[in-house]
Amino acid sequence: MPSGFAIRKNQYYDSVFLMSVNARILKVEGIQQTAVLMGSPANKKLLLDIGIQDPDIEAAQPNDLIVAVIADSMGIINQVLGNLDVWLNAIQEEAPVSQLHTLEDGLTIKSNANLAMISIPGEYAAREARKALEAGLNVFIFSDNVSIEGELELKHLAKQRGLLVMGPDCGTSLINGMGLGFANAIRRGDIGAIGAAGTGLQEFTAQVHNHGFGISHAIGTGSHDLSDQIGGLTTLAVLDALEEDANTKVITIISKPPGAATLEHLLEKIGSCRKPVVGCFLGVDPDILSGRNNLKPARTIDEAARLAIKMSGNPIPLEVCLSPDDLKLLFDEKAGWSPEQKYLRGILAGGTFCYQSQQILRDAGITVYSNNPLEPKNKLKSPDKSIQHTFIDMGDEFYMVGKPHPMIDGTMRRQRIITESHDPQMAILYLDFILGYNASMDPVGELVDAIDKAKSVCKQRGGSLTVVASICGTGDDPQDLTFQMKMLQDSGVLVYDSNAKATAACCWLLGKE
Amino acid sequence: MVDVETKIDKLLTEPLVIVNVGLSKFAKSLEEQGVDVIQVDWMPPAGGDKEMMDLLDELL
Repeated sequence: MPSGFAIRKNQYYDSVFLMSVNARILKVEGIQQTAVLMGSPANKKLLLDIGIQDPDIEAAQPNDLIVAVIADSMGIINQVLGNLDVWLNAIQEEAPVSQLHTLEDGLTIKSNANLAMISIPGEYAAREARKALEAGLNVFIFSDNVSIEGELELKHLAKQRGLLVMGPDCGTSLINGMGLGFANAIRRGDIGAIGAAGTGLQEFTAQVHNHGFGISHAIGTGSHDLSDQIGGLTTLAVLDALEEDANTKVITIISKPPGAATLEHLLEKIGSCRKPVVGCFLGVDPDILSGRNNLKPARTIDEAARLAIKMSGNPIPLEVCLSPDDLKLLFDEKAGWSPEQKYLRGILAGGTFCYQSQQILRDAGITVYSNNPLEPKNKLKSPDKSIQHTFIDMGDEFYMVGKPHPMIDGTMRRQRIITESHDPQMAILYLDFILGYNASMDPVGELVDAIDKAKSVCKQRGGSLTVVASICGTGDDPQDLTFQMKMLQDSGVLVYDSNAKATAACCWLLGKE
Repeated sequence: MVDVETKIDKLLTEPLVIVNVGLSKFAKSLEEQGVDVIQVDWMPPAGGDKEMMDLLDELL
């Protein structure tokens, strides 16, 4: 297939800008694949992986912009690359420009800063984080692709200096009611949280808010913190801080499976805490967690929210299973399936949601394949090809090469929904929608046409596609929660207010309650 | 140990003052929440040349 590229020397752009350019190019008819990135060694390797190579690309530097396009014809490629400057200028005009270019520049203006947020390419992030720690700042590192050795060094440095490192790969935190990164608008309260799983922490805080309660602080640790290499250095530091925090009555920890040694150490530490601790360690054998001193184990994030509310001295919210009305709707949906429709496909934006859904489905006796499976034997050979019941984490690195995360832009999920609709055996499509600061302002609007089209394709085959959705959000989020929900309902989607509940509906549809 | 607790405690009790290095949309959302934040449009120093960056770090 024809391909082409353009290089702009000494034009550096951040990843959101690059993704905006990428998204615009992808909308041009006839474009098959694009890569809009800076000329770092890692990015040049990615271009090689998709078959784009040239001596000029090899010679490009990290400050050089590279735009590569694969399309149906050379005419389309020439049209895109010929108009590149117009697009770059248009997008640049939408974003204000800062005259500050280094951390030191920032500190000359804000000498009283107590936190540095770092969201730059991973290969440079540790260097900037180290400088921030040495300047006495706590650090929130959104960047991924920092080496484990680099992370360990930063966290040891932070420990020596009495500072906090959230991340690397930290998507969210709430400090004193202020949302950092991808966070929901959550009222203040007395429930503290620690999360090594970004969307898990968002779901927990949104659940607490939606039950009418609030959060003191919810601190993200980064996805690697509870690995045995890092040993939970940030988690342990936050546990100490929340123990001392006068506004926190109960502490909840949300994570995917920690390393075995780290989990044991953490459980010992929890045992010595004065405040009660709720632990939602997704994927961990419940037997390991039962009977532990001072730990209330929760199997799901929903249960963790209810337990935390109870432990903070409030009446426990009722466990709302599927209501009789829900069951009637599900029954009616299932009645429309054709005989060959039998499989569930989850196309998810939230990595933790993909994980939790698989745990719930496994517990119900349903085997699920995934690009990020609970067990290696259920790993898809190709993430692009679903088999039987499949859950795809669309935020996985595989899909992120020069592309925006599905929480920011629905393009990749839209394409996948259409692909799945051509499989006559698909009966249920499950989608998650995540609201909050920095997420797409219209996540449902981005997918609703694809949902309608998938339903229509299925109907033409004589079947009926059941679409199940969960929304992680609050009424105070910048998006309009009620309108987002209504758009789904108007398209005949069954909408639930949590990932666990939506997955329970999928279990019921598959005959496993 | 007392020092460790005090410094992280301060982050949780005092108003946030943030230097945002990188994605400007993060600074924008913090501003909208009323957080005191300054935006740094970061770019790789020394043209992204790692060896040169290490050399600069040693000199500074």
